[in-house]
Amino acid sequence: MILRGKVWVLGDHINTDVIIPAKYKFRTGDFKELAKHVFEDLDPTLASKISKGDIVVAGRNFGMGSSREHAPRVIKEAGISAIVACSFARIFFRNAINVGLPVIEVKDVNKHFKEGDIAVIDLEKGIVKNETTGVELKFSPYPEFIMNIMRAGGLAVYRKRVQQIS
Amino acid sequence: MGETIIQKLFRNRLGRPVKPGEIVVVDIDLAYAHDGTGPLAIDAFNELGSSKVYDPSRIRFVIDHASPSPNEGASNLQLKLRKFAKENNIKVYEVGEGICHQVIPENENLKPGMMIVGADSHTVTLGAFSLFATGIGSTDFAEVMTSGKLWFKVPEAMKVSLTGKLKPGVMSKDLILRIIGDVGADGATYMSVEFQGDGVKTLSMASRMTVCNMVVEMGAKNGIFPLDEITLKHVDASGLKDKSIFKPDENADYAVSLNYKLDELEPVVAAPHNVDNVKPVKELEGLEVNQVFIGSCTNGREEDFEIAARILSKKGVKKGVRCIAIPASRKVFLNLLRNGIIDKLVSAGCTVTHSTCGPCLGVHFGILGSGEVAVSTSNRNFKGRMGNPESSIYLASPATAAASATEGVITDPRKFVEGW
Repeated sequence: MILRGKVWVLGDHINTDVIIPAKYKFRTGDFKELAKHVFEDLDPTLASKISKGDIVVAGRNFGMGSSREHAPRVIKEAGISAIVACSFARIFFRNAINVGLPVIEVKDVNKHFKEGDIAVIDLEKGIVKNETTGVELKFSPYPEFIMNIMRAGGLAVYRKRVQQIS
Repeated sequence: MGETIIQKLFRNRLGRPVKPGEIVVVDIDLAYAHDGTGPLAIDAFNELGSSKVYDPSRIRFVIDHASPSPNEGASNLQLKLRKFAKENNIKVYEVGEGICHQVIPENENLKPGMMIVGADSHTVTLGAFSLFATGIGSTDFAEVMTSGKLWFKVPEAMKVSLTGKLKPGVMSKDLILRIIGDVGADGATYMSVEFQGDGVKTLSMASRMTVCNMVVEMGAKNGIFPLDEITLKHVDASGLKDKSIFKPDENADYAVSLNYKLDELEPVVAAPHNVDNVKPVKELEGLEVNQVFIGSCTNGREEDFEIAARILSKKGVKKGVRCIAIPASRKVFLNLLRNGIIDKLVSAGCTVTHSTCGPCLGVHFGILGSGEVAVSTSNRNFKGRMGNPESSIYLASPATAAASATEGVITDPRKFVEGW
């Protein structure tokens, strides 16, 4: 599974309240509507600038805070194809896997990307490359069962497929 | 190598020893979701292709976040929750009954060593009752509704040893903020935070809940207090065979060990916009405050309002400051009503209202204006958390919050408690 996209660089400790402010999730359950507010309290213009397939590169502890699964779902709905960060908060990481949003831990990754660079991620080989600068970084690929969830696009689709086979 | 408490809890459940990092599947004893996460859990339940709730007697819904509903969108999400609950025979705690992390321990038969999950990050609060409790997302919640089980990675553990006793005007909120300030917002990521030492017995159940509530703010998977006489007043330990599982082995392998002398702690605040930006109150004294919020799952219990009322009854709320006081449950509200605390709070100038999460996460009741400053006893001060990214939130204990409300500026509460 290879992902290629334009990079947005975010900082450390990006929390779920800036990913999707709580006030919106108490107005609607429509993710197309919620996606218009992704990262709003970080940068109100960011949502309108994201294109399908873009990749987020971030620092430490991405997704800290609330258990709201809206956070990875809204990021995915907004068109982001993967997040590569130095580290992730626990609940966000698990939620992202469940909804089929690739989340990849790579040490110091934020030092190797600038906004607008092109990133190429090979999930099976465990390589993230900055195509703009040529730098290649390695990470531990997902175990096979998580790769299968990613290929299916989330736990729900994966589970249905497994049920159909068995 | 000996075992940490979390290893013992999982061993007790699985009947075999476990190591940190190992993946285990366990039966979930109780799972709860609220109006912020429950509707999405229902969508996820349908996405999973599930049709029947495995065991409704272990599932609860609590309508507490936007409660009562401030708009038609929230109303319809709550209707969805009620309809699913009715169809599947799930118990609902309704509008006004209280905040999930308070209502569940007040009303459910908690047993030490239980495995509880909640579709809310502050589910970790329940670790105060010597059990495993952690926050999960909506798809995981849907999985629990489907199968009654969930997988976990056995966490590494952090030992926090407490000695001594807090001085008057210093609260358990100051302790947990101090710890978060010391280790950082990701200092306990994925860990089980285990509180031990002689100092534990000086902390009430409400104070322990405050401490456990905020372990997630340093990334922890759960927090847990040992089982003692105080715990036994609040849990059903009748079926408990082995009390030793709540005490770690002396040679247990802790990833991190910290020591705190409770009598050396001082009032602190978490300054904007991160919970680990912890400073002594003394450093910020004099900063003007527009709104004070006393309440939330962190600090909305009887002892929190008792100390606030005692401080506020001297001079009342400073003119021009809005002080909002929200008990964490109807039961807390009634207790405070009966012992005269609500009278004192209202007389002092507080706006007291029914139980809701509202102001803590900027849903309703107390959205801040641009440039405004709030002192809040809740758990997060992230940019925009209280509904406006142009405002600033300082997290503090109820004592510091009340002292700040009465002076109109951030104030060290210790000057109000001399002789207590």
